[in-house]
Amino acid sequence: MLQKLGLFIFLAAFMLFVGTLGMNNYTLTNEILEKNFKEDALLDAKIELASMVDQNYSNSYTFTAELSEGINQLNKVYNAQQAWDKKIYEDTILTIVKSSANGYLVDNKGIMFLLTFGLAIFGALLFIIPEAQKPAGIKNNGIYFNPAMTRKWLGIGIGTFLILFYIALYFKPQYIANWTMLVDPVSKLINGGEASRWFMYGFLYTISVLVMGIRYIIKYRHSKYQIFRTLSIMFFQTCIAFILPEIMSNLNLPSADLKNMWPLDYSFFFNYRIDKLLASGAFGIFLLVWGIVLFVVGVPVMVYFFGKRWYCSWVCGCGGLAETLGDPFRQLSNKSLKAWKIERYLIYGVLAFAIIMTIGVLYTYFTGSYNLLGFIPTESLKSSYGFLIGSIFSGVVGTGFYPLMGNRVWCRFGCPLAAYLGIIQRFKSKFRITTNGGQCISCGNCSTHCEMGIDVRAYAQKGQDIVRSSCVGCGVCSAVCPRGVLNLENAETGTRVMIAPDVLLGNLMEK
Amino acid sequence: MEHVVIIGNGISGITAARHIRKQSDCKITVISGETDHFFSRTALMYVYMGHMKFEHTKPYEDWFWEKNRIELKRAWVKTVDFEEKKLYFRLPNDTDDKEAKVGGSISYDKLILALGSTPNKFGWKGQNLKGVQGLYSYQDLESLEEITPQIKKAVIVGGGLIGVELAEMLHSKEIDVTFLVRESSFWNAVMPPEESVFISRHIKENHINLKFSSELDEIIGDENGQVKAIRTKSGEEIECQFVGLTVGVSPNIGLLKVPQGNMIGREKPAFVLGVGGIKLNRGILVNEYLETNIPDVYAVGDCVEHENPQVGRKNIEQIWYTGRIMGETVARTICGKPTKYQPGIFFNSAKFFDIEYQTYGQVPAELPVDTKTFYWEHSSGRICVRINYQADSAERRPKAVTGVNTFGIRMRHEVWDEWISSGKSIEYVLENLPKANFDPEFFKQYEKEILEKYNAETGSSLTLKSKKGLFSKIF
Repeated sequence: MLQKLGLFIFLAAFMLFVGTLGMNNYTLTNEILEKNFKEDALLDAKIELASMVDQNYSNSYTFTAELSEGINQLNKVYNAQQAWDKKIYEDTILTIVKSSANGYLVDNKGIMFLLTFGLAIFGALLFIIPEAQKPAGIKNNGIYFNPAMTRKWLGIGIGTFLILFYIALYFKPQYIANWTMLVDPVSKLINGGEASRWFMYGFLYTISVLVMGIRYIIKYRHSKYQIFRTLSIMFFQTCIAFILPEIMSNLNLPSADLKNMWPLDYSFFFNYRIDKLLASGAFGIFLLVWGIVLFVVGVPVMVYFFGKRWYCSWVCGCGGLAETLGDPFRQLSNKSLKAWKIERYLIYGVLAFAIIMTIGVLYTYFTGSYNLLGFIPTESLKSSYGFLIGSIFSGVVGTGFYPLMGNRVWCRFGCPLAAYLGIIQRFKSKFRITTNGGQCISCGNCSTHCEMGIDVRAYAQKGQDIVRSSCVGCGVCSAVCPRGVLNLENAETGTRVMIAPDVLLGNLMEK
Repeated sequence: MEHVVIIGNGISGITAARHIRKQSDCKITVISGETDHFFSRTALMYVYMGHMKFEHTKPYEDWFWEKNRIELKRAWVKTVDFEEKKLYFRLPNDTDDKEAKVGGSISYDKLILALGSTPNKFGWKGQNLKGVQGLYSYQDLESLEEITPQIKKAVIVGGGLIGVELAEMLHSKEIDVTFLVRESSFWNAVMPPEESVFISRHIKENHINLKFSSELDEIIGDENGQVKAIRTKSGEEIECQFVGLTVGVSPNIGLLKVPQGNMIGREKPAFVLGVGGIKLNRGILVNEYLETNIPDVYAVGDCVEHENPQVGRKNIEQIWYTGRIMGETVARTICGKPTKYQPGIFFNSAKFFDIEYQTYGQVPAELPVDTKTFYWEHSSGRICVRINYQADSAERRPKAVTGVNTFGIRMRHEVWDEWISSGKSIEYVLENLPKANFDPEFFKQYEKEILEKYNAETGSSLTLKSKKGLFSKIF
């Protein structure tokens, strides 16, 4: 009953959240244009957008579309003139839309924040927390009857929403200007300014990890491994990824997510970032060194001792969202041999792309030449990586496809850092998943609920340790095993059982 | 090319097929009427509860069979002609057109019978009504799924492992479950009293209505032949729309008992034993090599009755891994390396709702002579461990551990197998118990508490001498 009420409140808040996109009236004024355009482009803008100025728009979509079209025309002209510095980017359009808005939402951001985010969180928790009254243990009842978790209409609906959200966030943020407005009060509280789209995204992301993290902890509360791991994810997302960078920029320091690293953080070696760090004195140098040490020394050492899980399922933000928001979809990962083959081509392909792109970027940084080896255009390498991998793959596909291909689409098929961590895990690590003698009954719970699409059972039933570059060590295979067969363990690298024994334990026939 | 035909695509038949393929190039055909492909029978409950789909119960992808040249045939074998070495998919005298369509025959050079088992029915009145069934086959799952929307109340008869699983399944659909157990405590023919009470408590915690010392008298149907109630021997009537019969399983040898008369145009003597003279008792009788009395005919898995079982092993032992081991063993024999069926130290496992159970060695319900026992239970009532060991006075290996039951703590098969087979003493085992711990990282450990209880009971002063698992080796 309480749960149904919670679900109802959550859905109502969610609908209102979507509905806020249509709220507000919009009036573009010359004053706004003057604030947002550089002097040399201002006149062009005033002419191009003359028909919009001082007009009242009650439809946010019409206003935003007309404004975007006008600016698009301007950009076309600038492109033709090769006047790159005059070009106007999404964030400016977003700011113009925000400044032009007036109405209930603008005047009551606090109330609207509570009615959307506040109620959604409250409703979700009301739905989640009563689960704790049931006895602790694996309760996967009904997953395959649930239309959200089985690629049925609800799953497809959620996927479509997420995909549209990411497309808007990355490419057309002006259309979700009102969502950034909703979190302005939070932004003011933390850094004193209005919320950017990235602040809004970071806030939404963190809230998702926290609320769904609570759900995860309740679901797997019989396992201390799962509890600790999830608390770790929640901590790193909230404190290290979300709050700390805000504090750093409040202190006028270059802000950085200290746990993010190259090549996942693919722009780490981009010229503007290096320049900024070098210009920020000792702290900037520290960040630069820290970022390099993290992937040069940190990764090999930590993976050697604990496997890639130390990062992928204990620290990483993408992994954090996958493990919490994405947990209801973990069973949707494809377990076939074919999927594994595709996975290997894709993920190492992306790693190679990231390395070549970074070499190109650094080459340009140090030599000033825009052609690596005389023929590879470094700028287009950089921009195509950012578009194809940074935005489309990791965002739109990576999260948008949760309800369609499982919660680790990005981590499994695309993440270059996961590829790098995985190579070390496969060849030089103490980590493995041990199988317990002859106890396996081939039931398939482990494989079904493996988010990385590993056919765990194929190993367990023949007594071979699971040593796979993709395994993120979430521990769910071990948790769902009804016979106590699987265990995540660290021991001397040589003790990993890489070849299945001829005869399983419990059979005394000759080997 | 030699043709090996296997009837039955369960774990024993399929394991035999896979291992024959590894060792030989002969032609292999696996016949099953149940499903197209091998699946894990033990996972049917998870399909019912929505943890997984049927697809997920298949341990091998569908392309596996063709790639490994294992031919699959979906059909029920109806007649076996051991003399002509032929299998028929119809009865000898059947003239039904429908039957004739699935007719035809397959010849074999070597035959492996992996027929599985079938749920027991003890001739109760009403046992064939609609809504009365066991849970063994894929078809059982289908019929249970079909009837589920109409079930408000269910009765389960017989307290074993499948009974608990069925109770959990029905409970997951919010069906009221009454569990009739003939004994005075749950599974006390197999479990020592403390464990029996321990499991009973956990089953009740999950809102299952456990009725001890109550036996089924008859099943009552309505005018449509659908079950509407049951009556116990004490005269109590319980309303229900479903009756689960889980009073054990028996070797599925009906096929071999069909009377042989005029078979495909030939006169055949009516054999006392089974069709074509195969020796049957409760199961198909086999020797150590899993050979039946008929040349080139072998039997493996649940349908088998061992003529000379190993010490500590029953003659009929229907466990997943015994089927698997028989499959591995018979494959060697068939590929020219005669090998005896030799399961090692006994082990098994199960899950009762949320509590996992593992056992290694022998822990019978009644303590054997010259054996002592040590039992520890956590104050939560959800974790317990029992270790049996030889008395000081035992002639052979005094104090050696003989078996363990563990509930709520996972233990390492390898370690216990070694401890039991090498006859480690109870003191050694308790001092090194963390070595056997197979629980995930960060789980609370209870070895110290267990040891202290033993010290208090026996006046000894043992101390822990090792750390948990593989992890201890790092630091």
